[in-house]
Amino acid sequence: MTALNEIKKSLLVSIWFMFLTFPIMVIKVNTVEQTISWRWNRLAAVGIGSFCLSFVWRYMLKRKETGAKKTALGNGGELSAVQRLLQNPRFFKPALLATAVFALIYPFYFSMYQVNIMTTALIYVILGLGLNIVVGLAGLLDLGYVAFYAVGAYSYALLHIHFGLGFWACLPIGAGLAMMFGIVLGFPVLRLRGDYLAIVTLGFGEIIRLILENWNAFSYGPSGIANIPRPGLFGMHLTIHQSLIYIYFIMVAIVVFTIFVVRRLQDSRIGRAWIALREDEVACQATGIDKTKTKLSAFALGATWAGMGGVVFAAKTTFINPASFTIWESVMILCIVVLGGMGSILGVILGALILMLLPEYMRAFSEYRMLLFAAALVVMMVFRPNGIISAVRRNYEFKGTNEKETA
Amino acid sequence: MLKIDNIKTYYGNIMALKGVSIEISEGEIITLIGANGAGKSTTLMSICGIVPPRSGEIRFMGKAIHTMKPDRIVSLGISQVPEGRRIFPYLTVTENLDMGAFLRNDRENIKRDMDYIFELFPILAERRHQSGGTLSGGEQQMLAISRALMAKPRLLLLDEPSLGLAPLIVKQIFEIIRKVNEEQRTTIFLVEQNANLALKVAHRGYVMENGRITIADKAQSLLANEDVKKAYLGL
Repeated sequence: MTALNEIKKSLLVSIWFMFLTFPIMVIKVNTVEQTISWRWNRLAAVGIGSFCLSFVWRYMLKRKETGAKKTALGNGGELSAVQRLLQNPRFFKPALLATAVFALIYPFYFSMYQVNIMTTALIYVILGLGLNIVVGLAGLLDLGYVAFYAVGAYSYALLHIHFGLGFWACLPIGAGLAMMFGIVLGFPVLRLRGDYLAIVTLGFGEIIRLILENWNAFSYGPSGIANIPRPGLFGMHLTIHQSLIYIYFIMVAIVVFTIFVVRRLQDSRIGRAWIALREDEVACQATGIDKTKTKLSAFALGATWAGMGGVVFAAKTTFINPASFTIWESVMILCIVVLGGMGSILGVILGALILMLLPEYMRAFSEYRMLLFAAALVVMMVFRPNGIISAVRRNYEFKGTNEKETA
Repeated sequence: MLKIDNIKTYYGNIMALKGVSIEISEGEIITLIGANGAGKSTTLMSICGIVPPRSGEIRFMGKAIHTMKPDRIVSLGISQVPEGRRIFPYLTVTENLDMGAFLRNDRENIKRDMDYIFELFPILAERRHQSGGTLSGGEQQMLAISRALMAKPRLLLLDEPSLGLAPLIVKQIFEIIRKVNEEQRTTIFLVEQNANLALKVAHRGYVMENGRITIADKAQSLLANEDVKKAYLGL
């Protein structure tokens, strides 16, 4: 009965689609020879295609609903298969080891191009993890995150030009400067939430970009800054290939460091304060959390990672200009966080790798990149609204209370 | 314990409290009753610093708190159960309670207090792994009160705990309020629309109208007061 119903609905959808696409898909007017060709086979293709898609869509939705019912009947604390696998140490440890070994031998077995795009992907991993603090944990929608990335990149480039500072000196300085900008942005938006916050942060991102673009004396304008040195290794001379591998390893180290810090932060007091802030601002204040400090720390810490990413980015490409720091970059990073799973470290890492690497490997489809991207996001939001891997929070449990329940 | 002295609180240009003075001594249950928009919730917001008063003074245990930030006030021992419950919807019951103990570091005592809470509200113990948003209204209210109690407050501010709840649940919650007051010696400041029940639980009561305290008396006398009866008790 239900299957028949679904077929009927899908049929209607396909007829509607055939009707909608009829003028552009079927009729072809040749203006030179003044003829009209009717491409009926295309109509059939659209019909069958939309019917199948609609049917699969409905089937998946149905399955998702019944699946949700099943978990609702259970304890409520049900975990998905992936999460259960991850929490099993017998799987988790070897997987971690395999990843580590793979990361170590990767640059020696793959071409320079592969190493290059992997390094870029790793930069986005830390950008994603940084934004994850702001958006995923503290629940503050930040659309101008790329500004901090730009601050990091430009601080390295400019400090090198004017003061001759090297990569290793600039890494902490860039991070610190970005952190300061995070606080600068944080103060005016303390009272804002949701949409308004998003608008202001969006504006902030644009302000930084426009300043870089127009203040020629300071930032060399749209022509950018070239000849930024790659990081040095105890004064040794490295070939381009070697230094790419070197940057790759630096990035791996930064990623590991980031994961470590973010994990610790998540389970700390300040992490809990962020989560409280995300959930309910009034209640957060009522439990005695300092709202100002919590918000500012989220902005500052999130910005720090962007600053670091920026410094590495400048060192890797050796050339930066404001075009690298447009609003699209912010949107991309936000997509990484949302697609991967807000608040989930592994999810964000996966999201970054997928979103940065797939377009590289699917160059053939590059014209359809945005289309596929949008489709993927829509499908995600319907079927996995919490992201590829949704966040699992630590349970703070007191063992003593269990006895009373059984008694 | 708490001395509110002629405070005036504004929302922008609108004067919500036009000189309110309330005094609470240790161990009491005080209730503040009044119609919608009388300024009851604003009084609570002023005490806990979310909407600080523009003039006047609030002293808690002798310390002036009207210039402090909300988190400082909470750390002094004033806990609020905000209007409309305001629990953390995506955190579990246990995590919600844990948030309540945010400012405390004594693990052992926190654990003991959580046991005490689960004794007070056995239903919460049953639902401890459920996320707050899936609880019923009554359970959420219990959770909100419990969360405030987890901070081990000396003064508990309750904003309309009966809001939107069935009479039976309301009765249960009021019993718990009395119990907490007796067992833990927690001073309670109760803001209520349900004047009848509130006055039965409280020791003393204040009646508020248009941002001013109009009557202050023993709860028993307020229950017998003709004006109060007519205006708030529907008798």
